Amino acid sequence: MSRLLIESSTPLCLLQDSGRFGVRHLGVTQGGGLDWVSMRWANWLLGNAPQAAVVEITLGGLMLVAEQACCLALAGADLGARLDDQPLAPWRSFVMAKGQRLQFTQPLQGVRAYLAAPGGFAAPQVLGSCATVVREELGGLTGLGRALARGECLGYAGNAPGVREVPEGLRPVPGTCTVLDLVMGAQIGEFAGQSLFDAFNRDWTLDTRADRMGMRLLGPALQYQGQPMISEGIPLGAVQVPPDGQPIVLLNDRQTIGGYPRLGALTPLALAGLAQLLPGRVVRLRAVVQEMAWREQQVYLQRFAD
Amino acid sequence: MKWRVEVVAVDCLMVRLFDAIDESNMPWMLAATQRLRAAFAAQLIDLVPSYTTVMVHFDLSPTQARERIAQALEGLRPDEGGAGQRHDIPVWYDPSVGPELALLAQRSGDSVAGVIRRHSAREYQVFALGFAPGFAFMGLVEEALAAPRLATPRKRVAAGSVGIAERQTAAYPAVSPGGWNLIGRTPSRLFDRQREGYSLLQPGDRVRFVAVERAEFLALGGDDTPLQVSP
Repeated sequence: MSRLLIESSTPLCLLQDSGRFGVRHLGVTQGGGLDWVSMRWANWLLGNAPQAAVVEITLGGLMLVAEQACCLALAGADLGARLDDQPLAPWRSFVMAKGQRLQFTQPLQGVRAYLAAPGGFAAPQVLGSCATVVREELGGLTGLGRALARGECLGYAGNAPGVREVPEGLRPVPGTCTVLDLVMGAQIGEFAGQSLFDAFNRDWTLDTRADRMGMRLLGPALQYQGQPMISEGIPLGAVQVPPDGQPIVLLNDRQTIGGYPRLGALTPLALAGLAQLLPGRVVRLRAVVQEMAWREQQVYLQRFAD
Repeated sequence: MKWRVEVVAVDCLMVRLFDAIDESNMPWMLAATQRLRAAFAAQLIDLVPSYTTVMVHFDLSPTQARERIAQALEGLRPDEGGAGQRHDIPVWYDPSVGPELALLAQRSGDSVAGVIRRHSAREYQVFALGFAPGFAFMGLVEEALAAPRLATPRKRVAAGSVGIAERQTAAYPAVSPGGWNLIGRTPSRLFDRQREGYSLLQPGDRVRFVAVERAEFLALGGDDTPLQVSP
């Protein structure tokens, strides 16, 4: 087992994987890394399974020291990572010598970086996953849903392949997403005509009220004219509109059921792009239909075929 | 039985069986849930049943998923045998852990003892799980006990807190924010990761709340720390 000592951390540095599945009918949220594309590349770089456990670092503040020589991979946001005194660019795997210090200083491009280890970081599986959900006290290094903390150790037991990079043409550029594709949902016809026009033709500003449960969009108030809804299952990326008319994009740590009307749900690629945007950024929504969006997703997934 | 399939996300469809909450929905909902689970088998990522709908999250094309749903629900019959388990859930009804007891008494024109008697007299059905792991929405409480959610939700509700919102009742499995009218606390563990099936309550189960004294509540492992009166 190779180990890394955590010298500093923040409540936004979390052990994540692709999420907790098969228990949502019990009220257990999905969880998992918000930018699944970057998380997947981080694992790809080391030949890991897509669901292997990684560290999601939001905005920076993590510092690790290698207790043995180890090989890791970094993808996603450029959080000003430094290996001792040397800058470390994302989208590649790299070797850390014993005693070397890896730190994430500040967000230079994008918001969330993903750090992977050969075979995935070791953590107890809780309800089938080690995804950290603080609110539900599930997952993480201890299984109790805590963020990574100073003094704890990250470990892994896998063997590293040779060092490599994600081919340049395949990398997303974190923090540059401006259009979010939205699969139109069943209640879309129940919004006022003007609201529908506004939804897809006006700018939406990302609010500071944003976390792993959801992100608010600020813009023209959208008006729902349908019947009040009975709570029903909420998919990942659902864009719900509460009575104040300001949409909320529901993310990985969302509640499992809810009763606000929805425009629809963002596509997985839109969600990955959104996860790298800071509050204040402006986006547009673009309507897409389900079958086409599903086909696009299948084509995109071929990028990860080795 | 007529049902509709609606688009909700790239890899999710909503099966809508009813348009209103009703206790008689449950045998149909249970049957539909069971059939969908079997029909999707390994292509099922998650299934989220609620009061009137079942959301299916799948690993198939949307077209294939629609076919699978149609096959699964062909000739759907209610699952009359699936009435679920019966549970007696002990509750210590006390103002120190149930600060809205007096409010509900006032609203219903009854005494606190009357509120307790009414809440524990009925057998409730579990309609749905959601909000938090093992949080079971149950109903329906007597009309006289119905009360809207608090205008400002509490930042911290103690684990085991039993509450009422409109005509529904529930117990909070863990500490969380919450806006329900609290009337007591149960020592029962509602969500336990060591338990088979994890959640004590499942949709279709029947629940009766049994009033217990403080001593019994404590003997059953309850925590009588009064609810913090927080802003």
